[in-house]
Amino acid sequence: MLKTLFFALAVAIGLTLAAPLSAPLFADVELTNVSYDPTRELYEDFNKAFQKYWQDKKKETISVVQSHGGSAKQARSVIEGNEADVVTLALAIDITAIEAAGLIKPGWQAKLPNNSSPYTSTIVFLTRVGNPKKIKDWGDLARPGVGVITPNPKTSGGARWNYLAAWAWASAKYKGDEKAIRDYIKKVFDNVLVLDSGARGSTNTFVQNGQGDVLLAWENEAYLSLAERPGELEIVTPPTSILAEPPVAVVDTYVDKKGTRELATEYLKYLYSDQGQRIAGEHYYRPSNPNILKEFGKYFDLSIKLITIDDPLFGGWEKTQKLHFTDGGIFDQLYTKK
Amino acid sequence: MTETTARLVKVPGSKGYRRENPYLRRFLIALSFLFAFLLLALPLLAVLSQAFGNGFQLFWNSLTNFFTLKAMYLTVITTLSAVLANTLFGLAAAWALTRYRFKGQGLMITLIDLPFAISPIIAGLIFILTYGRLGWAYEFFDERGLKIVFATPGVIMATIFVTIPFVAREIIPVLAARGTDEEQAAVLMGAGFFRVFFQVTFPHIRWALLYSVILCAARAMGEFGAVSVVSGHLRGKTNTLPLHIEILYNEHHYREAFAVSAILVITSILILTARSVVERLAKKESGPNVR
Amino acid sequence: MSSPKKIIPGFGLTMGLTMSYLGFFVLIPMISLAIQTSHLTWSELFKVATDQRILSSYKVSFGCAFVAAAVNAVFGTMLAWVLTRYRFPGRRLIDGLIELPFALPTAVAGIALTSLTTDKGWIGQPLAALGVKIAYTQLGIIVALTFISLPFVVRSIQPVLEELSPDYEEAARTLGASSSAIFFKVILPELKPALMTGFSLAFARGLGEYGSVIFIAGNKPFQTEIAPLMIVTRLEEFLYGQATAIALVMLLASFIIMFLVNRLQLRAASLAGE
Repeated sequence: MLKTLFFALAVAIGLTLAAPLSAPLFADVELTNVSYDPTRELYEDFNKAFQKYWQDKKKETISVVQSHGGSAKQARSVIEGNEADVVTLALAIDITAIEAAGLIKPGWQAKLPNNSSPYTSTIVFLTRVGNPKKIKDWGDLARPGVGVITPNPKTSGGARWNYLAAWAWASAKYKGDEKAIRDYIKKVFDNVLVLDSGARGSTNTFVQNGQGDVLLAWENEAYLSLAERPGELEIVTPPTSILAEPPVAVVDTYVDKKGTRELATEYLKYLYSDQGQRIAGEHYYRPSNPNILKEFGKYFDLSIKLITIDDPLFGGWEKTQKLHFTDGGIFDQLYTKK
Repeated sequence: MTETTARLVKVPGSKGYRRENPYLRRFLIALSFLFAFLLLALPLLAVLSQAFGNGFQLFWNSLTNFFTLKAMYLTVITTLSAVLANTLFGLAAAWALTRYRFKGQGLMITLIDLPFAISPIIAGLIFILTYGRLGWAYEFFDERGLKIVFATPGVIMATIFVTIPFVAREIIPVLAARGTDEEQAAVLMGAGFFRVFFQVTFPHIRWALLYSVILCAARAMGEFGAVSVVSGHLRGKTNTLPLHIEILYNEHHYREAFAVSAILVITSILILTARSVVERLAKKESGPNVR
Repeated sequence: MSSPKKIIPGFGLTMGLTMSYLGFFVLIPMISLAIQTSHLTWSELFKVATDQRILSSYKVSFGCAFVAAAVNAVFGTMLAWVLTRYRFPGRRLIDGLIELPFALPTAVAGIALTSLTTDKGWIGQPLAALGVKIAYTQLGIIVALTFISLPFVVRSIQPVLEELSPDYEEAARTLGASSSAIFFKVILPELKPALMTGFSLAFARGLGEYGSVIFIAGNKPFQTEIAPLMIVTRLEEFLYGQATAIALVMLLASFIIMFLVNRLQLRAASLAGE
C-alpha cells in the first residue's frame, strides 16, 4: 500500500514539475518597482498605462514586477540585494538609507519635480459614523475616554506621519513649549489601545475588530476603508495636518548593472504626466500637479493646512528621525516609565 | 489502530476498567471536542466564513487569479524540495543519533532543534546576512550570476531551514524507544546497511515517517516569517501563498486573502484525510499484527 | 553496551550526511549572526542587555511561551490519548484539525484569532461580559502561542502512544491497578521523553513566534510587547547589530533549555535501553 502511495506521490510531483504555468509571464525587458504597502493598486493601473505608452513610443514590450511591504523593510531588502530598478517608498529617509548604502547617487531628490514626490497624501481621522465622540481636531485625541488606534511609529512609516502631525498641531497650540507638547503627545499615546506594527493592521483593528473611537490613517487608506464598509465610518479632516510626500528614485547601481536606466527614468517621469497624475488621483493620492489636483477637488479637502517635513519646526527627515524616532528618542521616552 | 480498541472493548480486563472507564472516556472525549472546537475549529470557521462570505464566485476568482496560481506553483515547488531534503536528512540523523553513541549527541540534537527555537524573523535574517549584498558569501555567488536571496533558491533554503527538525524529531523517539536488537541480529546474519534499514528498521518507522512528512509538508506550505524576509515580495516571482495572502490583506482585499488561506487549509485537510485512508488500507492489507 | 552497537553499519554515511547538512543549513548561517553581533561595541552590547524595555519584552515572551507550552502539555497529551486510544464519531475530524496551525499562515491565524477574541468577537463577547479580556492582553498572546504550538505536543506523543502496546496497561489492570495509577505509573513514564520533546519544541516555537502574535497582542510597551517585535523594531532602524544581539540572547536561552531537555531525554532513552 505504501508503494502505491509513493507511486501516486511520484506522479503528482512529475505532473507539477512538467506543467509549469504555460503562459510566459515576463517579457524581454523587465522592470522591478519596490514600493510600500498601500500602493499596489495604484501601480497596477499605472503599470498598464506605462506599458502601453512604452509600446507606442519604443515598440518594446516590457513587464513590471511589483513588490510591496513596509517601507523601511522594503528599503532594507534593496540594500540587502533585492535588485530594484526603481524604489517608490513612503518616506524620504528610507531612500536616503539606500543612498547611504551606496546604491543611489546623492542628489536624487532634486532630479524630479516636487522633491521627487509625484503624489502626496496626508493624515486624517477615521471615526465611527456620526462621529459619536465628536472628534474634530488633534486636541480631541488627548481627551480622556477617547480610544485612539495608530500603528507604531517605530515599525510603520505611516505612523511617523501621524505622530508628526500631532506634534505639529501641538507645537502651534502651545507656541513651541516643548514640555506642553510632550505632555500632549503622551496623553494621546496613553489613549492608544492597540499599537499595531503596520498601517493595515491598525485599519483592521479599527474597522474589522471594532476597537477604538478614532483611527489615524493615510487619507487614501481612509477612503479605501470607507468604500469597504459603506455607512459605518466617517472621515474627519482636521484643520491642520502634515503633508506626506512619498518619494521615488532610480536605483543607480542596479540599473547600471542591468542596463535599464533609460526605462527606469522614463517610468518615474511618466508618474508626472497628466495620465500618471490622474491615476494617482483615482487612487486617492493627491496629485502634485495643481491643475489635476483641482480635478479631484471633490475628494480632497483642499482647505486643510499642511505642514511639510522641511518646515523649520522639523528641519527635514534626517533631523526628525534622530530627534524623535531613534532608539532612546522622544518617542521612546514617552514609554520609559510605567 | 482499530485492533487495540477492539481488544480493549472485547476483553475488558478487570472490573475496574468496566466500572470507571466509560465515564472517564466520555469525559476525555468531550473535553477534547471542546478544546479542539474552541482552539482549532472556531478559527477555521472564522477563516472559511470570511472566505465564502461573499459567495463562491469571489472565492473562485481569487483562486484562479494569475498571481495566485504563480504563488501556488512556487509553494508546491518549495514544499516538495523541503520535504524531500528533510526526509533524507531526518532519516540519516535519526539513524546516526539512535544507533551509535558518540560525544556531542546532545549537542547535535539541539542543533537539529535550533530552527524551532529561532524566531522566523531571524531565520530569514541569517540567510540575508550570509547571501545578501551585505553578507560575506554574496560576491562569490554574484560573480557567477547566481541570486540566492530575493530569488527562488533563498525561498527554498529558508523553508528547508525552518522545517529541518520535523522528520528527524519524529523518528528519533520512535527509533530510540525501539532497541537495536533486531538490527544487530540482521547484521550478524550478514545484512548490509540498506538491507537492514529497508527490511528491518523501515517497517517500524513508516507511520511515524508518514506523519512527519505530512507535518513537514504542512509546515513548509504555511511558512511565512522566514520566507517573508528572504523573498523580497516580488509578485509572480518570489511570492509563496502565505506571502500572497499577506499582500492581499495589506491591499484591503480582506476576503480574497481569506479565500487564498482557505486553499491552504483545505489542502492540509485533504492531505490528512488521505493519510487516514491510506493508514486504514495499510492495516487491512498487513493484518492485525503489523506492530 | 556500546561495542555491540558499533556493529550496525551506516555510521559514516548517516553521520556524514547529518553533519554536512547541519553545517550548511544551520551552522554557516548562524555564524553570520555571530559575526553581525560582533560588530557591536561592548557598551552597545551592555545597553542592549540591560535596556528596560527589552528586558520586559523577554519577560513577556518567556512567560507567555511557558504558559502556552504547559497548557499544551496537558491538553495535548489528552488529545493524543483520546485520538489513539478511543474510537468515536468525529475522531478523524479532530485528528485532521490538529495540523491546522501549521498549515495556516501565522498572519492569518493571528487575524482570525484576534477577530474571535476581541470584545466584539464570537468568543470575546461572552467573556467580556464576565470581565475577561483576551485580545490585546497577555492572555491573547498565550492563546495565539497555544494555537500555533499545539501540534508539536500532540504529534510528538501520538506516534509513541501508537507504538506503545496496550499489553502493559492490561497487565497492570489485571493486577488491580486503578486507571489513574496505570496512567501515571505505566503510561506517563513511557511518554515522558516525547512529552518533554513536545513541550520544549512548543516552548521554543512560542518564544520566537511573531506573525500571529503581533495582531493579537496590542504591542503596548512593557505590557504586551514581545521580544521578536523588538528585533523587528531594531531592524527597521537599520540597527542590525542590536537586532542580532537580542536574537542571540533569545537563541542562547532556548538553546540551553533545549540542550538540558535533550540531555534528560537521552538519559531516559538510554536507561530504558539498558
